[in-house]
Amino acid sequence: MMKGTNLSSLTGYQLKEKFLSGELTAQGAVEVLFARIDDVEPIVRAYLLLDREGAMRKAQELDARPKKGEGLGLLAGIPIAIKDNMCTGGLKTTCASRILENFIPPYDAHVVERLKEADAIIIGKTNLDEFAMGSSTENSAFKLTRNPWDPKRIPGGSSGGSAAAVSAGTALMALGSDTGGSVRQPAALCGVTGLKPTYGRVSRYGLVAFGSSLDQIGPITRDVKDAALLLQVIAGRDLRDSTSADVPVPDYLKEIEKPVKGLRLGLPREYFMEGLNEEVRRAVEEAVKVYKELGMAIHEISLPHTPYAVAVYYIIATAEASSNLARYDGVRYGYRAANTRNIIEMYSRSRVEGFGREVKRRIMLGTYALSSGYYEAYYLKASKVRNLIRQDFSSAFEAVDFILCPTSPTPAFKLGERLANPLEMYLSDVYTIPANLAGIPAISIPCGFTRDNLPIGLQLMARPFEEAGLLQVARAYERETEWHLRRPEL
Amino acid sequence: MAIIDKKTIEHVALLARLELSEEEKELFASQLGNILNYIEKLKELDTSQVEPMAYATATKNVFREDTPRPPLKLEEALKNAPDKLQDFFKVPKVIE
Repeated sequence: MMKGTNLSSLTGYQLKEKFLSGELTAQGAVEVLFARIDDVEPIVRAYLLLDREGAMRKAQELDARPKKGEGLGLLAGIPIAIKDNMCTGGLKTTCASRILENFIPPYDAHVVERLKEADAIIIGKTNLDEFAMGSSTENSAFKLTRNPWDPKRIPGGSSGGSAAAVSAGTALMALGSDTGGSVRQPAALCGVTGLKPTYGRVSRYGLVAFGSSLDQIGPITRDVKDAALLLQVIAGRDLRDSTSADVPVPDYLKEIEKPVKGLRLGLPREYFMEGLNEEVRRAVEEAVKVYKELGMAIHEISLPHTPYAVAVYYIIATAEASSNLARYDGVRYGYRAANTRNIIEMYSRSRVEGFGREVKRRIMLGTYALSSGYYEAYYLKASKVRNLIRQDFSSAFEAVDFILCPTSPTPAFKLGERLANPLEMYLSDVYTIPANLAGIPAISIPCGFTRDNLPIGLQLMARPFEEAGLLQVARAYERETEWHLRRPEL
Repeated sequence: MAIIDKKTIEHVALLARLELSEEEKELFASQLGNILNYIEKLKELDTSQVEPMAYATATKNVFREDTPRPPLKLEEALKNAPDKLQDFFKVPKVIE
């Protein structure tokens, strides 16, 4: 038994090493982790569901297996949390919505299958903004998650539960989903690492759909090496998601240790203009100096259509959401309103009672943008400007290999601060949305703290399917700095 | 200025199958108006020569062999049903 061991200072990779060497049993790790959860979960409130029994069962099974040879998976013994919009067969999957409050999926999402095959220990399901719509996790129908660095503040969103759990030491790794920044922004605000892979890199089979041309699943971890390890397990083609790409998956762990000397880094001037918090700006500029010392060539670049990205996103994402969420009709699963007289009333009342306000607002906006007479002015126009944004990136990537900018214009804001004004909340995602629109990979890593001890995130972006290079550049910074080693006091 | 009136909200709510309360109709009319005003900025750009982009990556049709595979079992498919009768999902009257 490992009484007193604190897993908060370990990465998933390190825990796996200890498990394989016999220094730590899987059951010991699960017990220590759940003791930590008992301690701090009442403050952080990252989880919607904890599966102690399932975790312990998996740990027992792992401890009974031989530690040498080919017998164990890449994530053997690592306790992992899953955002509650990915289907877990036999375990409730709610999307933090009343409409799915009692939904038990009959199957596992592709990524959940992969985690199980890789011998990860699934701890539970984490909180999110309802259907992943939000930037603060305050749109959850069930609970408010708090930022482990300051419980009066939001953890970011929509994967706020996953980021808060990894930061608070109640999970060693987590999965999030990113439609407009929902992995990277909460990772930045909680002081952890968050990767949004290229559109098509990871199968979305079993991920509850929000914006289908934007959604992508990604790792939230304590360092870049862990992000590489988790991506290794979930990346690759899956015939059940026809958008998953037939592109070979490299050995990320090997690639990330390569030197970065001579690589070209671009700083897009549009990401350093008004609205950027001064402390965030200074931290990001300090990070640029680190890269300069590592021998990277720094160039100022322009992504001229950046100011239009949020407007494009809130047409395309809501249009796709209004279509995807049409499936919640109270017929086959999910919430159904009581005592309705006919089927139209049943649909309309089940939906209005089951969905929360932000989800309804987005369905209304998306339906409007697609409705007769407005389609050309809104959806078609947005799709064209989206192409201009993608072209900005492809031109930029002719001159530079990677792009560096802040992840979020501000550090974590206070609970309730942006709830009254949806547009202000939407603008929290101004630096993360473009990567989703262009379909390119992007990562957020810790790069400093404000005077109030709030984490600051650095964002790096790369060409499609260049996750290996992206992780390599992120890892190079991590080797030179210690921001990623800081843990909140809870 | 995009003005979203109550009639528009009611029309869109009907399309979206959302039986909104009076309070929500008013709230959404004003909030959607604000958001659409912000989105108006897209009109600054001349996109007459730009192709729309529907997907993030180059895509073509994806085909697979049309071979039967085991489907979801009937009892599994009905497990989450709010109401059922024998092997069917049960719903209120469809035809008056």
